[in-house]
Amino acid sequence: MISKKDVEHVALLARLEFNEEEKEMFTEQLNNILDHISMLNKVETDNIAPTYHVLPQKNVWREDVVKPSLSREDALANAPEQENGCFKVLKVIES
Amino acid sequence: MSLYNLTIHELHDKLVKKEISSVELTKDVLARVKQVEEKVHSYVTLTEDLALEQAAAVDKKIAAGEELGVLEGIPVAIKDNMCTKNITTTCSSKILANFKPPYNSTIVEKLHDKGMVMIGKTNMDEFAMGSSCETSYFGTTRNPWNLNNVPGGSSGGSAASVACGEAIYSLGSDTGGSIRQPAAFCGVVGLKPTYGRVSRYGLVAFASSLDQIGPFTKDVRDNALVMNAIAGYDKRDSTSLNVAQEDYTKSLVNDVKGLKIGIPKEYFVEGIQLEVRESINKGIKLLESLGAHCEEVSLPHTEYALPVYYIIAPCEASSNLARYDGVRYGFSAEEAADLIDSYKKSRSQGFGAEVKRRIMIGTYALSSGYYDAYYLKAQKVRTLIKNEFEQAFQKYDVLITPTAPTAPFGLGAKTGDPLSMYMSDICTIPVNIAGIPAISLPCGHTAEGPIGMQIIGKSLSESTLFKVAYTFEQNTDFHKQRPSL
Repeated sequence: MISKKDVEHVALLARLEFNEEEKEMFTEQLNNILDHISMLNKVETDNIAPTYHVLPQKNVWREDVVKPSLSREDALANAPEQENGCFKVLKVIES
Repeated sequence: MSLYNLTIHELHDKLVKKEISSVELTKDVLARVKQVEEKVHSYVTLTEDLALEQAAAVDKKIAAGEELGVLEGIPVAIKDNMCTKNITTTCSSKILANFKPPYNSTIVEKLHDKGMVMIGKTNMDEFAMGSSCETSYFGTTRNPWNLNNVPGGSSGGSAASVACGEAIYSLGSDTGGSIRQPAAFCGVVGLKPTYGRVSRYGLVAFASSLDQIGPFTKDVRDNALVMNAIAGYDKRDSTSLNVAQEDYTKSLVNDVKGLKIGIPKEYFVEGIQLEVRESINKGIKLLESLGAHCEEVSLPHTEYALPVYYIIAPCEASSNLARYDGVRYGFSAEEAADLIDSYKKSRSQGFGAEVKRRIMIGTYALSSGYYDAYYLKAQKVRTLIKNEFEQAFQKYDVLITPTAPTAPFGLGAKTGDPLSMYMSDICTIPVNIAGIPAISLPCGHTAEGPIGMQIIGKSLSESTLFKVAYTFEQNTDFHKQRPSL
């Protein structure tokens, strides 16, 4: 069972915040969903390898050569805030 | 019949014979959009000027006597999670409401090179998370066959636009059924190709080990034509398959004699609406009468596909959606106390409830101490589901199931109960878990809307799916029916 406290902890990990009403709703809904998911415990998987990927793919390499990429202007075009050619964020270092 | 009701191949013939111009065709489709968009709401963004410009360029080619590619000058709609350079790509989310990608996705580039005429970007469930189009930040798309019902989702706008002639064909993406289920609900043909068959470069990521792009069309021939254009290796997508190109139109033969079809009994259990079961059984009987051998098969792990999906997809989504921080692009909340607070506020105000729900499930399942119990366990059961399909395909050429357990349901009918909404994908999810291809095509009608039949094949067997679907279509007339709006 997930508690409201768990929901608060997971929300912090996910960088989300909820009001009390939402916390109650998510606690209930996440419990319902996890309850449904728990039916997987019925399946015996001790000697089964996991499938992380459906294709027999290996690492894909390319030559390490410089190619044209996005211009600084294009890369910054969608930024909510920018300054001196950089993305601008709130101060993170205490002075 | 109006131009907007015709197929790609019919319109291509008319363009080649100079019976119509691409500008005339585009204007006809745009007029149809004006006529029905208020009711159906397939689009988030319309690109009317661009479409007319692209159509005029094609007409110039025709006038110059140049040879015309089959997609050239044909109006298309693109799901709004595929990046279009300098054209808003929102994923139907507030967090990307103003996002203009600085580059094109590979499939958009490919269609552009093939002379596309883009009518607009279609509505979807927010970040493709949903089965009804109701989680869109920009309002719900309605089912053209019954405006009180949902069009399915997440690619509901792409499906609806083709069904009612707001586009001649469209592209969607499918993570757990997001092409096939809306195709079924809207009475069109929708294909989820083999994982890796179509490049995902520039497709906004939802669950990267499941996502795949595919076409919506009015008939099977059109679907094969679009697949010819979009399938293929892309060095910019490291999961893209480096296999030979195929000409899928070669598989359009009206013949299923000797074909072995498995009918997995787990897809015909309780919860599958009677009318759906009857339509599928009728379809199976028809294929049998045409010389196919059909027999019941058991895939006992089918019931575990949904819980496996609701671990894997949210886990991958919670990781993929960590990038939305309100710093580099997207919605950014004002009045934050510090950087962490700014992340929290931007994400909490920018994402809708279903997206947050999935991020929460995924973050919980991947959090310290739970990995083995959830993600690893799901990946192991995934192996069992995949193996079960592989075994079935040693005996059968294809499997046939309903695409969705019910006919289209009412707007708002399932929004209050996430699990009941998730259940509407029970027939499509196993296919994504295994990474194999499946096509949905119309096989019946109810007062609520159309019913779709799903044909599932082994990895890279799209040509077999097209052959079976084409044969079914040639012997029925569901694909000729259009909604009256």
